[in-house]
Amino acid sequence: MANNTIAEHVYVPFLEEKKGLLSWLVTTDHKKIGILYLISISIFFTLGGIIALLMRFELLTPVADFVDPHTYNVLFTLHGSMMVFFFIVPGLAASFGNFLIPLMIGAPDVAFPKLNIGSWWIYLIGTVIVLIALLQPADTGWTFYTPYSATTDADVVLITFGVFVLGFSSILTGLNFIVTIHKMRAPGMTWHRLPLFIWASYATAILQLLATPVVGITLLLLIAERTLGVGFFDPDKGGDPVLFQNFFWFYSHPAVYIMIIPAMGVISEIIPVFARKPIFGYKAIAYSSLGIAFISFLVWAHHMFTAGISEVAATIFSFLTFLVAIPTAIKVFNWTATLYKGSIQLHSAMLYALGFLFLFAIGGLTGIFLGALASDIHLHDTYFVVAHMHYVMVGGTVMGFLGALHFWYPKWFGKMFNETVAKIAWFLIFIGFNVTFFPQFFLGVQGMPRRYATYPEEFESLMALSTYGSWILAVGLLLMTINLISGLFSKEKAPQNPYGSLSLEWQVPSPPPHENFEEIPHVTDWTYGYGKKS
Amino acid sequence: MTWIPEVASNLAGKVDGVLWLITIMSVVFFVLITVLLVYFSIKYRRRSENDETPYITGSEPLEIIWTVIPSILLIVLFVHAFVVYKDMRTPPEDAVDINVVGKQWLWQFDYYNGKKTLNELYLELNIPVRMVMRADDVLHSFFVPQFRVKQDLIPGRYTQLWFTPTKVGTFDLFCAEYCGTGHSKMLAKVVVLSPEAYDIWENGTQVEEGPAVAGLVPAELGEKLYKEKGCNACHSVDGSVVLGPTFKGLIGRKGECTDGSTYTADENYIRQSILEPQAQIVKGFQPVMPSFKGILSEDDISALIAYMKTLN
Amino acid sequence: MEQASMDHTHGHEMDPREAYGISKFGMWLFLGTEVMLFGGLFAAYAIFRAKYPEMFLEEHKLLNREMGAVNTCVLIFSSMTMAVGVTAIQRGKRKLTSLMLLITILCGLAFAVVKYFEYSAKFSHHIYPDTSIFFSLYFMLTGLHMLHVFIGIAILSTVLVLTMKGKFNQKYSTPVELGGLYWHLVDLIWIYLFPLLYLIG
Repeated sequence: MANNTIAEHVYVPFLEEKKGLLSWLVTTDHKKIGILYLISISIFFTLGGIIALLMRFELLTPVADFVDPHTYNVLFTLHGSMMVFFFIVPGLAASFGNFLIPLMIGAPDVAFPKLNIGSWWIYLIGTVIVLIALLQPADTGWTFYTPYSATTDADVVLITFGVFVLGFSSILTGLNFIVTIHKMRAPGMTWHRLPLFIWASYATAILQLLATPVVGITLLLLIAERTLGVGFFDPDKGGDPVLFQNFFWFYSHPAVYIMIIPAMGVISEIIPVFARKPIFGYKAIAYSSLGIAFISFLVWAHHMFTAGISEVAATIFSFLTFLVAIPTAIKVFNWTATLYKGSIQLHSAMLYALGFLFLFAIGGLTGIFLGALASDIHLHDTYFVVAHMHYVMVGGTVMGFLGALHFWYPKWFGKMFNETVAKIAWFLIFIGFNVTFFPQFFLGVQGMPRRYATYPEEFESLMALSTYGSWILAVGLLLMTINLISGLFSKEKAPQNPYGSLSLEWQVPSPPPHENFEEIPHVTDWTYGYGKKS
Repeated sequence: MTWIPEVASNLAGKVDGVLWLITIMSVVFFVLITVLLVYFSIKYRRRSENDETPYITGSEPLEIIWTVIPSILLIVLFVHAFVVYKDMRTPPEDAVDINVVGKQWLWQFDYYNGKKTLNELYLELNIPVRMVMRADDVLHSFFVPQFRVKQDLIPGRYTQLWFTPTKVGTFDLFCAEYCGTGHSKMLAKVVVLSPEAYDIWENGTQVEEGPAVAGLVPAELGEKLYKEKGCNACHSVDGSVVLGPTFKGLIGRKGECTDGSTYTADENYIRQSILEPQAQIVKGFQPVMPSFKGILSEDDISALIAYMKTLN
Repeated sequence: MEQASMDHTHGHEMDPREAYGISKFGMWLFLGTEVMLFGGLFAAYAIFRAKYPEMFLEEHKLLNREMGAVNTCVLIFSSMTMAVGVTAIQRGKRKLTSLMLLITILCGLAFAVVKYFEYSAKFSHHIYPDTSIFFSLYFMLTGLHMLHVFIGIAILSTVLVLTMKGKFNQKYSTPVELGGLYWHLVDLIWIYLFPLLYLIG
């Protein structure tokens, strides 16, 4: 009789289901695909970071004594391209989005699992193409402005084609997530019960879907200019070099919101758990994600105030840029207010979330200097911009990413890491980051232009300080990485819900089984019911 | 070290006003948020696993206040910055035009009286000027931090900016739009002269350099000119090839030209290359060198040749 | 193009109607990205047309309106056959669907052949993508569109093979419909391209 009863359901962690490298490469399990992305983006983040260290090492002195100017230009092109296209755009969305979205909404997987692994392969192919282009490395900057990118003697065609392929991966991931969130929510999981990470992922996915094709066509036009002699950006053929900038930033501005919105979603998840309070102003945060995504399509030319655009255009874009500051500011106030009368535990994940608030506040506020017309004229293309962008991308997105790593580590890998070492690493990263980038605001105000391999002596002391900061930052990141990797080898198994979260992903074992839920849950409340008296 | 470059134009003070306004507002909000973060983290730290926390999900009055107040402040900032910007983009009727050409990797200035300078911009104190600018090859950008002005130079188009220099002195001009290998070397000096000194410059054929030049032997003057007139943007002295042949070992060198003829780098060849650069181009190089006729005097050329002789 | 699939049971098999809705939604989103892709080129067209109205007026006369018109008819006809094919499979008429798919594919190939003659004629008159901004736009727009016609042919050929193998019926015909949607978009883009390039004087 034993054979025709329903098999006892035995819990098998997804990591142990189907072993072998090959099975991983063709897996359709969103949790494994998330790990594939996690590993890839981490490797590229490390490579991009090493390049940054090389750049900052050159910048210790005002002269080109470590690398020559052309090499420096190749380095900053590579640093930008790798960090933007290999790491931060796929970033949180492809890694944590993949892992969390089905779990948080109560689904067994994403809408199109095969497309999901396909997206990862497309991503990998894109990165390989860009790396092959290193044989004749581009020195255009990751922004590929014409006419220089159309005329320089480098393999611009291959690197831009690689970026084009990467764009495909981003589009398909966005498509997958939108359909998943729309159609696969568990019964009772209404839109207003969704975790804010889902709202953030949804807004991000819309941007991935609609903005990325525009950079696709932009790069195709650049390739056509270099190969077919098409002249849209060539003044000698009746074209306009500034048109490239308009096309490029039409995507690349929404792209920066693709970078930050998921990190904001992470913060919205971490703070309520470690403060044991509901998120303050759920609807405001949810809708502001969509509002930011929408407005992000309307501000692109704030990267071009000195590029030769008309005063009327500049004024309109500056106004719209100020508009996008409002939903962003609201979020920061909401997160801070969530701490009020909470029961706050300064776990390493919470430290990253608080660090995010501090650093993103600086990043966001310094954006105002750049969105305002008169001040941007002075600050554009100086180190002020470099500082601003790193405060939002590293101080914002990377902090959010690291916070997510520390928060969901037990759930994803079923292990625990050393919390004390994590805190020390956080501290080094926080200090190192500020020492690296805060001086750069002053350098910018003093007039130090960006993308300079050599520079006037008066800037040397602040530049050197910035370099020393990069070493502290590097040590902190290294310590953090060692800590997280050694945790994987520890014997201690992670509990199901070590932090007392109410979100669905914490109601399944650590790590979850392949199908996520033994039975699809029936949701009756939102996931921020901390302190609710039933 | 100064926090902010000196105010040397009529616009700089106004731009600084905008910078200060934004700084003050930002610092206020930043301090507020930081204080709250730290204060809450300490005051509400977890004391036990059974801490009671209130079920606060929001507060409409508070959310309205912190939406409206920042919005008002942001509008104030936007308007103030816009007003200054409008001024920065509206040259006065009596502004003097100066043509600017940016090319990889030097600055050429053409004055209304026919004078030309390379990598040195001569201005008269308190006279408003309008830079009428174009690029010859790729994008460049005219940036003088002490004036708080910046505008891209675009090939195929004219762009402009204006300002009135309000201080006598020498200021830095940087190229602020990445333009290739020589981008960080595409520097120039802006020399603002008193009306009397400017008169002398305007009417003279030689630059009023003052005692700094008088005491130099020709080779030393040549080295100074090599750096200040932009030769170093394209010609090295260490043997490496940038855009033009290296000056190291140049004197006496023989070789082939692009038109098939041969050259010997003697004094006459050097002088011809400076005044008529396209006449005999060394094979393997592009015809991109500008002429220095009217910019370098015969004495200057002799000084440069003397300097090159020290490089053999 | 694929049915949302869960690898196993435990009662998580998706309802086929749900799966169908999900696939269709995904395809519509994908079509949205194609619109954004071509949108960039159409924006370039608008910008340069406003800048050089005479160039557009003069040079568009050099385009072969007859061939363009033939291609327009071919594509519209093929959209019709595609639609018939989709309805046919929804009624279980496998053979009719295969026939319609075949005709649609042949129309696509015919389109390509006409385009081949058009481009050859241009090249023999020394008109290339770098001849002028107008022709840059012409070649980029029609070239990118042609690429999508080929992708459409590839998709429909796959669907045809699967139809002939009996994979689809009244209950399940999602790939046929998704292929149809893609083909309709390819047709629609041409319907915008044709007047903008060939007709507007």
